[in-house]
Amino acid sequence: MNFNLSEEQAMIKDSVARFVADDYNFDQRRQNVAMDKGFNPDNWQTFAALGWLSIPFPEALGGFGGNAVDTMVIMEEFGKGLVAEPYVATVLLFGGLLAHSGDGELQQQLIAKIIDGSLQGSFAYLERQSRFELSDVKTSAVAEGDNYRLNGEKTVVFNGSAADKIIISVRTSGEQYDENGISLFIVDADADGLNHTDYRLMDGQRAANISLNNVVVSKLQLIGELDQGFSLIQSVVTETTRAICAEAVGIMQKLTETTVEYSKTREQFGTAIGKFQALQHRMVDMFIAGEQTRSLLYRAVCSANANSDDSEKDLLALKVMVGRAGTLIGGEAIQLHGGMGMTDELDVGHYVKRLMMINTTFGDADYNQARFSKLLNR
Amino acid sequence: MDTNFSPEDLAFRDQVRTFFQDEFTAELAARISTTASHKTGIVEWQKILAKKGWIAPNWPVEHGGTGWSITQDYLFERERAAAGVPDVVPFGLKMVGQVIIAFGSEAQKQLFLPRIYNSDDWWCQGYSEPGAGSDLAALKTRAERDGDDYIVNGAKIWTSYAQYADWIFCLVRTDPTSNKQSGISFLLIEMKTPGITVNKIDSIDEKHTLNEVVFDNVHVPMANRIGEENKGWTYAKVLLAHERTAIAEIAKSGHYLAELKAIAKEEISGGKALMEDTLIQRRFANIEIELMALEFTELRVLSSFAEGKGPGPESSLLKIKGTEVQQAIQQLRMDLAGYYSGVVTGELSNEQIGHGFGDRARREFMYGRAATIYGGSNEVQKNITAKAVLGL
Repeated sequence: MNFNLSEEQAMIKDSVARFVADDYNFDQRRQNVAMDKGFNPDNWQTFAALGWLSIPFPEALGGFGGNAVDTMVIMEEFGKGLVAEPYVATVLLFGGLLAHSGDGELQQQLIAKIIDGSLQGSFAYLERQSRFELSDVKTSAVAEGDNYRLNGEKTVVFNGSAADKIIISVRTSGEQYDENGISLFIVDADADGLNHTDYRLMDGQRAANISLNNVVVSKLQLIGELDQGFSLIQSVVTETTRAICAEAVGIMQKLTETTVEYSKTREQFGTAIGKFQALQHRMVDMFIAGEQTRSLLYRAVCSANANSDDSEKDLLALKVMVGRAGTLIGGEAIQLHGGMGMTDELDVGHYVKRLMMINTTFGDADYNQARFSKLLNR
Repeated sequence: MDTNFSPEDLAFRDQVRTFFQDEFTAELAARISTTASHKTGIVEWQKILAKKGWIAPNWPVEHGGTGWSITQDYLFERERAAAGVPDVVPFGLKMVGQVIIAFGSEAQKQLFLPRIYNSDDWWCQGYSEPGAGSDLAALKTRAERDGDDYIVNGAKIWTSYAQYADWIFCLVRTDPTSNKQSGISFLLIEMKTPGITVNKIDSIDEKHTLNEVVFDNVHVPMANRIGEENKGWTYAKVLLAHERTAIAEIAKSGHYLAELKAIAKEEISGGKALMEDTLIQRRFANIEIELMALEFTELRVLSSFAEGKGPGPESSLLKIKGTEVQQAIQQLRMDLAGYYSGVVTGELSNEQIGHGFGDRARREFMYGRAATIYGGSNEVQKNITAKAVLGL
């Protein structure tokens, strides 16, 4: 039993931390998210050059063959730097669906392009009514010979405006909430009948609503098995949930450190406010919440790597705690910064917003706690 | 990073499981939980453990330790808790024994360690005083030199199981002119020494655990001092970190939570099992998630131990969260028991009155209040964490 990183993992960690320190201070971050795509394309090329875009992909597909720990390491450091480049959307979701769906020509080609930084992707899974239910899919795909005709609307598609290609969950059979009958198609962003409306999310990333109006795709654009897309979605969402939880743990650590440092320098009533016991205890609570979340992260990562029967339960516990501890730490970070915590100029609020967005992504704490409760007897 | 168990670890786990099944009999468990036979039952069990060689896993091997890996330590504790086996009485084996090993003279080691190992002596801990609780360094019990002896005067309080004890280890002030931590010495005192009085303190859990120990001109040989005079705080401090780790009792909380799940499935409310109530499920989920995290926090602390870093400041975290979880479980047991949580058994047993666990629920709940107080109250733990970890 050990909690140490391998030499390679330590190198990845150092490399991301160095990038954040040298090229991703808060002013630079602000400029990056203000760009058209919501991120800086030069940074994306840097990620490609440093090999980060290849980390989760299997070696057979040209990747680094990383496991859950490797992804955790990179995501935690991204969290500390509040990195906005669409690693989650393009590499983990879009790339993850491709990698899990096989190793055919399509997968080989597209994953090579993800790894070299020339392809942006996204995964459109949400619908207006679906809230956190991944199987609530109304967008339809109807077979017409060797083609399918897609109609419907997808909402809050991460990286939906910058993506060159989009994987879309659609219903090919069954009823609205059925897990069976969901299929995945990959569609060019400029396909006829596909329209996207872009907007910004509170954490700075750009998203889009995507409407599909008689979009015709070939059956070759099917990702995975017809009607059996849901288990593919589950696998990828599971991995990505773990990854964004690692990002959250990085953010929690950063927020706690920032708050503690501020309390050492900010003086009121003739003394540093960090000397006040009422505030010390609150910062200790932040520290404890962050460390407990980190423990669950390690637990979830270890059980995923070991293919343990407990991995589902461990991940749900982690996601619940990310939501709850994130609310506590984020709220306290703003409160302890006083008026400064209210300013957009300070990075604190931006970290808090990303934590809030992570809580919402793939089901918030309440939603996942209800799922956890169903596993209580395991 | 991995937490997989090797085939050897799993074989070890099975060996431990079988040992507890075979040796910790229901009859012995019953004697331990009965007040009149509590002490003899505990001592009998500890002698079985000592004979097996498993009584003091963390002692150096030359003094009878097992030399287990952290994984083996962890598995042993987990199996122990799952089998409902009580932890060893900590005062001798986990506390003063460790201090003697680290700071005692050769003569002290030879005299005391085998007797601690074999549970020949029952020890108690003389730290807190009426005027020194969380602010332990404010202690006033005096020890003045008189030839080859110290003469001790003062009082210790909240002394658990002093009524059973053969020996007490005490922090006493040997330099009255010094302030706080300096000027304190660490003494081993035999309880039958003339001048010692043990006064029972009735506690809210209806059991007799707590006592006041009064010292009235008690002669203690200088040879019973650990290490140097006025350096006792340094020796005691090492213990405090160990104590905080032990107090978390994470494996035991896991065992208790499993018990409560079984109860919640059997208890019927309005024709349905309590466990089907979503609010009850949420309470279970909240506790279990915190406990799952704590299990790994403990593993992280243990593995930093194993790498020779010692119990770091994370041990404060374990104490705070560990005791919060204990109390959440105690509260849940009370709530599951409903009316029966209030029943004080006398002529009728729990079962005769209507329920099998109400009385235990209340006793554990009441006794459990102490966990956030002893070992340095949780508020003091937060002060320590603020200073030592956050640098405030």
